Amino acid sequence: MKIKRNTLLTLAALAVFYGLLALAENTLNTYWVRILNLCAVYTIFAVTFNLIFGYTGQFSLGHAGFAAIGAYVGALLTLSPAQKQANFFLQPILPFLANVEMPFLPTLIIAGLLAALIGSLVAWPALRLRGDYLAIATLGFSEIIRIFLVNWQPLTNGAMGLKGIPEYTNLYWSWGAAIVTIFIVKRLIDSSYGRAMKAIRDDEVAAEALGVNLFKHKIMAFAVSAFFIGVAGALFSNLISTIDPKVFLFTLTYQIVGITVMGGMGSLTGSAVAASLYTIFLELLRPIESQITIGSLMIPGRPGMRMVIFSLLLLFVILFYRKGLFGQKEFSWDWLIGFLRGKNRKMKTSQTLGSTGAADKENKS
Amino acid sequence: MTFELFLQHLANGISLGSLYALIAIGYTMVYGILRLINFAHGDVVMLGAYAAFYGAALFLLPWYIAFPLAIIITAALGVIIERIAYKPLREYPRINLFTAAVAVSFLIENLGIVIFGGRPFAFTRPEFMDVNLSFGKTSIISYTFIIIITAGILFAILLYLVNKTKAGMAMRALSKDIETTGLVGVNTDRIIMFTFALGSALAAAGGILWATKFPQINPLMGVMPGLKAFIAAVLGGIGNIPGAMIGGFLLGISEILIVAFLPSLSGYRDAFAFAILILLLLFRPNGIMGEVQAEKV
Amino acid sequence: MSLLSLKSVIKRFGGLTAVNNFSTDLQPGELCALIGPNGSGKTTIFNLITGIYAPTEGKIFFDDRDISGKKPNEITRAGIARTFQNIRLFKGLNVLENVMVGHHLRLKSDPFSAVFQLPGYMAEDRKMHQEAYELLQAVNLAHLADKEPTALPYGQQRKLEIARALATHPKLLLLDEPAAGMNPQEAEELMEFILHILKNFELTIFLIEHQMRVVMGICPRIIVIDHGEQIAEGVPEIIQNDPRVIEAYLGVTENA
Repeated sequence: MKIKRNTLLTLAALAVFYGLLALAENTLNTYWVRILNLCAVYTIFAVTFNLIFGYTGQFSLGHAGFAAIGAYVGALLTLSPAQKQANFFLQPILPFLANVEMPFLPTLIIAGLLAALIGSLVAWPALRLRGDYLAIATLGFSEIIRIFLVNWQPLTNGAMGLKGIPEYTNLYWSWGAAIVTIFIVKRLIDSSYGRAMKAIRDDEVAAEALGVNLFKHKIMAFAVSAFFIGVAGALFSNLISTIDPKVFLFTLTYQIVGITVMGGMGSLTGSAVAASLYTIFLELLRPIESQITIGSLMIPGRPGMRMVIFSLLLLFVILFYRKGLFGQKEFSWDWLIGFLRGKNRKMKTSQTLGSTGAADKENKS
Repeated sequence: MTFELFLQHLANGISLGSLYALIAIGYTMVYGILRLINFAHGDVVMLGAYAAFYGAALFLLPWYIAFPLAIIITAALGVIIERIAYKPLREYPRINLFTAAVAVSFLIENLGIVIFGGRPFAFTRPEFMDVNLSFGKTSIISYTFIIIITAGILFAILLYLVNKTKAGMAMRALSKDIETTGLVGVNTDRIIMFTFALGSALAAAGGILWATKFPQINPLMGVMPGLKAFIAAVLGGIGNIPGAMIGGFLLGISEILIVAFLPSLSGYRDAFAFAILILLLLFRPNGIMGEVQAEKV
Repeated sequence: MSLLSLKSVIKRFGGLTAVNNFSTDLQPGELCALIGPNGSGKTTIFNLITGIYAPTEGKIFFDDRDISGKKPNEITRAGIARTFQNIRLFKGLNVLENVMVGHHLRLKSDPFSAVFQLPGYMAEDRKMHQEAYELLQAVNLAHLADKEPTALPYGQQRKLEIARALATHPKLLLLDEPAAGMNPQEAEELMEFILHILKNFELTIFLIEHQMRVVMGICPRIIVIDHGEQIAEGVPEIIQNDPRVIEAYLGVTENA
């Protein structure tokens, strides 16, 4: 009964969300639509980092590289042959790509598959390493991928990047992909495979002693993550319509780690909320980097200010909300209903927010 | 390639390597004690270079005052970073500490952009570092040697501090076992401060020397050297000070020589470091000098 | 036919020989103890049997199959489960889920059917839940199913770790100091519990223990090792009076 009710609620919420997306797509200006699209892209980044690290415990810093693969696939498969010719004026593009032009859906899937394939190839040797060694090795692979993309002019147009990529990404695509990602990751971590992954996170030796094949589960987490990172990368390039390879420096991965930690390691809700807040917040702060006039006082614009505020905020969250905004808690209908009825204090299941002190305080006031 | 040219590249490689080594030591010392990849360390390098730049260009101090002063200021900043951002998190999951380092790194870089401006400045070498020395057919500018000599002196001082002084010995004990060392009466906090001061001072020296070698400074100048130096630390076996030095030299020399012998690959220069690192990790997961640590079951 | 058979097993770490020429056989249904002073190589022997280490020399056979050098998860699959000296529960999973991890190795459905909750997986998942719950009932922990393992008292954490190992359906269970840190009363309960699962789960149990009360009270056969070598073997009465055993322990018997 209860499960059925929750399913209905979820479907209803999705319908409402679809309505909101349609509303946003039709009423908001392109600037804000772009920001909402970016929220979805960063949500996918954070959710996938959570799968690898928050749930499987593998400290991988390869996100930027996998995203770059997706972004280039997204661009190269959707650019029209004429645009490709215009882009590759130094040296023509590799012949097999010159006349390819695909619809968006197969492009996204290929972007995901290629990222997953390369992700698995990277993971295969790297997963023999643990902890920080895994982190630095994956970061290394990510940088190697980027450096190859910068240097492989006939494939990627090198450091000049790509322009004129069709702007296929809209809110339905981006949030559709984000919801699919959340759905699949959530189902995976709640399954028996997910339990095995969490067991690996908590104690590799004990997990292996219980018959869990470490390698198989780690690579599964890697491949699933890399797939969706690749999709997000393709969404990104078809949103911004240009690719600058510098975007995929390892600092992008650091940002994703920061966002995920802010949201809470082990909370997909947290990842989505933190990713959206981060994106919107950086946009809202944009004015402080341009010139401000207060009365007769003129403060010249200072680029970098937004990131200063972001990093202070990140530091603040880590120092004072050490588990991030959501800790390991997830949004759930049971929590919401309990909250609305004001009797959440009785609910003690680990998946609900009801057992937190925060909710209790809300209740008392 | 002529022998003279080879020697020139080799000198160049050794000087680059000694810079990596100077920076790598800070990574390795901090990691040894806190198990923290202090990704902000590269940005401390940048702070050192800017402190020296402002001392010389703005306050018109002679280099022999500006440079040591910059090192002292940077060391103090390193300690302040540890106090504010890392110390409160020592008992928490390591991802928090790591993220704190990321946040500090972003903060320093962007504060750098806000305060120093995003455009690069030209760093003026002291005159004695700009002398053209001829050896037969080769000519090498004096800074190459001065970097190597300075780094050598700093290594000697460091090894003395670490091996012969009480603080240094406590530091090494701490990196073996932080809890027990705390129990036998060593003031853990002070030793960690000492470590950060020492590491940041060496990073500052590295940053200043870096600026004399590549005389343009910008707020993001520390990112790549920092990352490379970290790789050098891992190559040498992270936590191991002589290992970090060896790793630094190995990385610097091989980077320069590979590009010298295979100029067509120069675009891939930054990828070499990672490729070497990954290969080494796969065959010797604990680095060249690292100890094998079996997990106790 | 013996269930487990170690044949002249040697394990060296660098220059240190942790286990030297150790041979033994365990018969099905047996309850056997492995004792010895600290650092005598007991846990290393367990680690060799469960694949955490590979033997430097010698062979280990289980069910007539050579398992020496196999990976821990393969050995668990073959039918050997273990607990650890320092309890290693999964802190991020609740009590029931900890046990369910032990069932995972028998899961047949692929990840795809797990994610899309296809009927085949759902049936397996239900069965897994039910079996895990029954196992908790069998060890009297069912009322704590949704608790976090760290919230349990020490003795119950030990029990949970044993239940989790049982979930893999082992033929041989290795217990590494199950009574460590327990008071005499808890140890007493544990002894009963061990005898209980020995009978009810058709097990063979090999255990390491320091508390002589536990060992002498329930184990018909005891193997004593020192410096990685076997120095005595037999029923408790013989062991207690063996001069070499007394020498090895130097009078230290409890919690040495």
